[in-house]
Amino acid sequence: MISVAVQYFAILREQRGLAQEKIATTAGTAEALYDELKQRHGFTLPAARIRAAVNDEFVSAAAPLREGDRIVFIPPVAGG
Amino acid sequence: MFRLSAESFDPAALQRTLGDQRAGACVTFEGWVRDRNEGQPVGSLEYEAYGPLAVKEGERILAEAHGKFPILGAVCIHRVGHLQLGDLAVWVGVTAEHRGAAFDACRYIIDEAKARVPIWKKEHYASGDTAWINCATKGEHAGAEAPPPA
Repeated sequence: MISVAVQYFAILREQRGLAQEKIATTAGTAEALYDELKQRHGFTLPAARIRAAVNDEFVSAAAPLREGDRIVFIPPVAGG
Repeated sequence: MFRLSAESFDPAALQRTLGDQRAGACVTFEGWVRDRNEGQPVGSLEYEAYGPLAVKEGERILAEAHGKFPILGAVCIHRVGHLQLGDLAVWVGVTAEHRGAAFDACRYIIDEAKARVPIWKKEHYASGDTAWINCATKGEHAGAEAPPPA
């Protein structure tokens, strides 16, 4: 079990009802953690449409998570 | 320089920061808040950004533009917050010795920024509905189901 900080933006922030939280998880990768949270909070976007960032850098879905990581799940972007 | 701005800004002042006597061309792009999207009347827009990574990715795009095109300067500023119709949402300015590179780099920067920078747009419709653009899933408002950029 590791403890990580998750930050939410846009549609995920609204669906979660908060902007950040500490989570204790056994998920080994960013994608596994997203699936766990999706299940728990009813996120509508499938993992395939989410990118992950760890400690303010993009990572692959299979990137391993470590104690104390700051994780952001990035829904499809729409700037401009 | 890539920046996010929570306040409206003056494009003329930004353009002056690009001033360069070696430059024979300055191409700028302004993205404005439009009153419709996919046929739906839009009343206003909210932009939200993941600040630290948005700035990093924006700076990477500007560095790529410098690598791909013979340009002298490049700046991109994106608004965050609640914007009204007609507001300036994004500004790109590029200087180069010649216009070709300036046009090409300006296009590259705005296209890549729209596709890659972690900024999200929520449309508020005249009907009172709202939608996060590109984030719809099956059964939701079709106007938000834009295809991914080519």
